[in-house]
Amino acid sequence: MEKKHMGLKAKNRLSNGLVYFILIVISCIWLIPFVCLVLESLRCECTYQVGYLIPKQWGLDNYINLFTKTDFPVWFKNTFIVGLATAAIQTIMVLSMSYVLSRLRFRGRRFLMNAMLVLGMFPGFLSLILIYKVFSWLGMTGANSIPGLILVYTASSAMGYYVSKGYFDTIPRSLDEAARVDGANRFQVFYKVIMPLAKPIVIYTILTAFMAPWGDFMTAKYLAHNTSMGMNVAVGLQNLIAKPESMAANYTMFCAGGVIVAIPITILFMCLQKYYVEGVTGGAVKG
Amino acid sequence: MSTKAEKQISLFDNLSDLDFLRLNKFQAFLYKLIHIIKAIPGWLLNLLKAIGNIIRNFFIAVKNDIVDIFNIFKNGDYKTKTSFLVMGFGHLTRGQIVKGILFLVFEVVFIGYMFICGGYWLGKLITLGDTATVSVYDPVLDTYVLQANDDSFKCLLYGVLTVIFIIAFIYTYRLNIKQNKTMENIIKSGKKIKSGKDDLKSLLDDEFHKTLLALPIVGISAFTIFPIIFMILVAFTNYDGAHDGYSNLFSWVGLTNFNSLFNLNLGNDNLSVAFGEILSWTLMWAVFATFTNYFLGMFVAMLINKKGIKFKKLWRGILVLTSAVPQFISLLYISKIFSTSGLINGFLLNNGVFTSTGDFIRFWEDGTLARVMVIIINIWIGIPYLMLITTGILMNIPADLYESANIDGANAWQQFSRITLPYMLFVTGPYLLTSFIGNINNFNVIYLLTAGGPDNPLLLTSGGAAGDTDLLITWLFKITTGAESKYYLASVIGIMIFVVVAVLSLIVYNVIPSTRNEEDYQ
Repeated sequence: MEKKHMGLKAKNRLSNGLVYFILIVISCIWLIPFVCLVLESLRCECTYQVGYLIPKQWGLDNYINLFTKTDFPVWFKNTFIVGLATAAIQTIMVLSMSYVLSRLRFRGRRFLMNAMLVLGMFPGFLSLILIYKVFSWLGMTGANSIPGLILVYTASSAMGYYVSKGYFDTIPRSLDEAARVDGANRFQVFYKVIMPLAKPIVIYTILTAFMAPWGDFMTAKYLAHNTSMGMNVAVGLQNLIAKPESMAANYTMFCAGGVIVAIPITILFMCLQKYYVEGVTGGAVKG
Repeated sequence: MSTKAEKQISLFDNLSDLDFLRLNKFQAFLYKLIHIIKAIPGWLLNLLKAIGNIIRNFFIAVKNDIVDIFNIFKNGDYKTKTSFLVMGFGHLTRGQIVKGILFLVFEVVFIGYMFICGGYWLGKLITLGDTATVSVYDPVLDTYVLQANDDSFKCLLYGVLTVIFIIAFIYTYRLNIKQNKTMENIIKSGKKIKSGKDDLKSLLDDEFHKTLLALPIVGISAFTIFPIIFMILVAFTNYDGAHDGYSNLFSWVGLTNFNSLFNLNLGNDNLSVAFGEILSWTLMWAVFATFTNYFLGMFVAMLINKKGIKFKKLWRGILVLTSAVPQFISLLYISKIFSTSGLINGFLLNNGVFTSTGDFIRFWEDGTLARVMVIIINIWIGIPYLMLITTGILMNIPADLYESANIDGANAWQQFSRITLPYMLFVTGPYLLTSFIGNINNFNVIYLLTAGGPDNPLLLTSGGAAGDTDLLITWLFKITTGAESKYYLASVIGIMIFVVVAVLSLIVYNVIPSTRNEEDYQ
């Protein structure tokens, strides 16, 4: 009896060791590219790709060049403005839609949900062809593409209501009913009862809405239409290394740009990580 | 021996429960598969019936409505009767001033618009313009000037807007009449009609959904519904870079564009071959990308969740951290380090693994290798997110299930396949579907890693070149932004993407139980 117990323990230790080993390997695989990115951004002796990692000559040349020789500050400012505006408007849109669908029952609710499901099956890029044309009549493309970009990101954003609706669904209905009995109207229930409880999902929505424009490529590229002043960081940095000849001159600068974009986003993310995890695990799986 | 011959079961028949239990695992699987496939014609039939019913019900509803409105006119008082001609008259005379004015203004605007330009644009919608912009000699200026004529794009745009305006007017007209009827009934029963103030108040209470939905629905209509209607119509025209609408008009071409996508013998534009090839890779990619991420993400989550593992927060933190970095940075960077002259190849050369540059692995230049690479890198991108989602659900599985399984002597694999997996599949069914659809339209991963390349000569079409890793969505992007700008082709492909996604979703909704009852989860 005793012996078997020991055997089990040893077996457990062995399997735990194996798990630790796998976890360490996984962590390395996930972290190495970022370490490489940082190291390459600090390399001064050569602007092209090389076959070693540790720079022979360390320095911040790439960062300085990025701010003085390219439009990077403009791209960063553009993206930041778009991110803030998108976060504000999209949060209002998404929360209204998901609250209504989760809490209120009215005629046409089922139809509305089905309609949004079907509309979501069309590739969103297609609508851009018309939108671009109309925007260009209004002078909202190229260098002036920022307001248009905000409009495109936010106008239909309510269709992505699924996660926050899932979260609202988990807040007990009895709270609404109690408030209604006490004489609150539906607006007061929404504003005074549900919103304070929904803090995690509000922060989650703001966070994802703010982060999305930093990674968007397709819409921004289409609207900016090769005008440097109207690009966001993704399009601008991709433009730096898009052609082989520019690749040779700008590669380390691109790495520096990547680091600069990644740092604030990552810090923000770390601070609000708790809410992000709650949002994802709370809402993502409930349709 | 003879008993066996008697008991021969055919997998194609409907088996009783008892017979089904006698099948071995493989046969049982085959049996289920056969029956799913056998059920497909039934679904399609039901779908057709459902569509038929919808159309029939629509016409019945329209007929009833017309009869109803006729009756309202016959039985109504003079206020209601006048409202048939002057919208809002009933509201104004019965004390609902604001509503009445709104109805009246709408009617005036509509009639004015239809007289001034509505009819003109409706006429243009039929032909999409008759005379293109031409340069005309101007004797005063002694030069050629452009004389603006029709612009097909505007004809289509304003034409469709006019049609929508007419539909909106019909709806409002009907609303006007129905409300008159309601007001009449209220007065007859001796109650008071709600004042404008009451209406406003109810917008924060009983009608609160209208307040909250107003902005989102306006946004969705303007930026999603209308553009989709417009682009569906473009699929039936020949709008492209050469027929841009003003210097060269475009016009309706019927189903020609759809034909060229399916017809194998239509000249050398190669569209049908390229479409088939790209569609099959898109589906293959979506299957691999979805399920590799799903199972590996679950695996990592289970490793971290394992009893006795320390620093759980650290392991999770490392993975979550990497998903915070904007995707375009990691994708572009990884695409560059795997390029032929990139870090990986250079590193291997410097360290003596390769003897010359001829040994370089050409990650992005070989079709099959590039396809494998995008799937692997997508795993790298997707696991942290999946790990997060699955961790939460894994912790929700009741622990006593595992305890009793342990007592019964189930090994780890049995516990996974009998407890964990069924539970996970049930709970995450809807997520799997949305993630599958997301992968069909996964532009970022493909475009930033390979830009669709390597170019495949087999996929060279009249719409431009396409590569081995091109998905339908990146192909669509290339067609629109390429030199020829074949917008009509892009529209057709967009519609095909919709069809593919819709059919898949329909099948999944019929198979997965957890998508059906929304209220079950509340």
